[in-house]
Amino acid sequence: MYNARTEQRRAWLQASPALIWLGFFFLAPLVLILIYSFQGRADDGTVLWNWSLANYQKLFADGAFWRTLWLSTWIALVVTAITLVVSYPLAFFMATRSPKRRGLLVLAVMIPFWTNFLVRIYAWKVLLGNNGVVNRFLDQFDLGPLQMINNPSAVIMALIYGELPYMILPLYAALERFDWVQLEAARDLGAGRFQTFWHVLLPQTLPGITAGSILVFVPTVGTFAVSDILGGTSVNMVGNTLSLQFGSASNWAYGSAISMIFMLLLLGAILLYFKATREVNDGENPG
Amino acid sequence: MNTPTWAVELDHVTKEFRGSTAVRDVSLKIADGEFFSLLGPSGCGKTTLLRMIAGFENPSSGDIYIEGELMGETPANQRDVNTVFQSYALFPHMSVAENVAFGLHMKKINKADVATRVKQALDMVQLHAFGERRPKQLSGGQQQRVALARALINEPEVLLLDEPLAALDLKLRKEMQLELKSIQQRLGITFIFVTHDQEEALTMSDRIAVMELGKVLQVGQPTEIYERPKTRFVADFIGECNFIDGTVMAVENGAVTLETTGGVRVVGTGMFPVAAGDHAVLAVRPEKVRLVEGQQPQGTNVFAAIVERVAYIGSDTRIIVRLPDGSPFDVWEANTVSTLDPNQYYTAGDPVFVTWATQNSLILER
Repeated sequence: MYNARTEQRRAWLQASPALIWLGFFFLAPLVLILIYSFQGRADDGTVLWNWSLANYQKLFADGAFWRTLWLSTWIALVVTAITLVVSYPLAFFMATRSPKRRGLLVLAVMIPFWTNFLVRIYAWKVLLGNNGVVNRFLDQFDLGPLQMINNPSAVIMALIYGELPYMILPLYAALERFDWVQLEAARDLGAGRFQTFWHVLLPQTLPGITAGSILVFVPTVGTFAVSDILGGTSVNMVGNTLSLQFGSASNWAYGSAISMIFMLLLLGAILLYFKATREVNDGENPG
Repeated sequence: MNTPTWAVELDHVTKEFRGSTAVRDVSLKIADGEFFSLLGPSGCGKTTLLRMIAGFENPSSGDIYIEGELMGETPANQRDVNTVFQSYALFPHMSVAENVAFGLHMKKINKADVATRVKQALDMVQLHAFGERRPKQLSGGQQQRVALARALINEPEVLLLDEPLAALDLKLRKEMQLELKSIQQRLGITFIFVTHDQEEALTMSDRIAVMELGKVLQVGQPTEIYERPKTRFVADFIGECNFIDGTVMAVENGAVTLETTGGVRVVGTGMFPVAAGDHAVLAVRPEKVRLVEGQQPQGTNVFAAIVERVAYIGSDTRIIVRLPDGSPFDVWEANTVSTLDPNQYYTAGDPVFVTWATQNSLILER
């Protein structure tokens, strides 16, 4: 006989490994950071157990932090927009090849993952640095040296380079599912190339665009390695502030407060973005 | 302009794909308001031909005219034709009404007019209650109707239909055949209908072009195609047909006498110029053959045969007999009398004679 309670218990049991995993590695650290954010800093750099809102008061008055947040957001938006514009045609090209070619192209997109990310970012420094390959080449012709690193452009370029696969793959997955006869149907019904893209292809690949944008935006807005290596002291992002607080400044409590606010703002932004893309999709309304 | 124009005119159209020829030198003239079918087995080039008219492919050589206007490389979105696709190709992210409105939306027609015409189009295909649904929420037959409404709302000069009924079950297909035909007659729009189903083509078409290997073999009204096929392929592809090979013995007033390798003489109506000594084939349809028991009937076209298999299918009884040379021969007898008496039906092993009238058999090229 069918028994709802047994069924329910079994469902919980089946989900329990995932729940334990999430609880231990995600929820517990989050709660810990939340608790830390209400504490203080002892003189020796350890956490001083003293519940207060001091960190949050300090944070909201900290102009430097908000400038950092603004720069991070701006860089992440630029990076996301450019990766999207570059990746869409590429994913389109990939999805319209023969199935055999497609497999090879997906493999090609993933090849960078075979090398450590930091190594690849340092490679850019080797290329673009003041004594780098490019400048030494220019030197042969008495040109340069060009200042190509330690500025936001270098950080943006390296982030685009690093994040491209995370945009290409979800877009490709969305485009590969697309029923291409629809493009002919749209043309047949009088749509030009742009109208066909705008009214037929784009709305149906929106889930891929959403997924790719979040996959690129979230790591980018929180990065500290790329801005550290290629931005030097002139590019200070939220990630750098965080790494400072948890590192040399040894102020875990303040770092935790920054983390909490940053996380909340990011979550809010993502929810807004989801809502907006869904509205665009539902709003597809000829006439 | 006083010269009569055709809805669609194909002038020596050929299409080659990487070394293989999909359409070979096809010339056709399709009249305004005609229901014209392209009929042939898969791979005969009928869909390629339709795609060239729609503008999805360009001919390798030859010209296509729509309403007298040379199409050249005019893109699909600027041609006054619309297509109903085999897979329907409805837009899954839009409601039924939005799908139907798409063509008018592209033409920037004002909202009030669009709403009225969408309503009319949905009424026409009996889907007025389904405008807000998504295509996925409809049955195959309903999706088919949406595709039809989405194409017809644009009031094209020519509607192109690429095997639109292939995915429907038999009963629904028959209903849609009648409905398509009545819509076509009501609107007076030229329909070009691609199908591999000969019965469908016969039921619906004003004229049919039978295609094989990229070529048009014969164009004609359904009765012409069925009763006066010009080639063995056409006779075989449309309906059922018996063939008897032989050598031409005599030609007299259009009646051609063949002698089979077994020495039997058969006579049929000549469908192509022949002379004595030529090889040819006699074609006769199973429903035009009679079976006679007992005494051998007089006249021409008589074979002794043994009944091999009998299939009672209600309206007809389909009998396969074996001729003296061992070849099978199909005979269909209409069951005009209602009876359970087993003696009224043939059984395997019965000795019979098969016979048919000269005017019911055709002499075709081998």
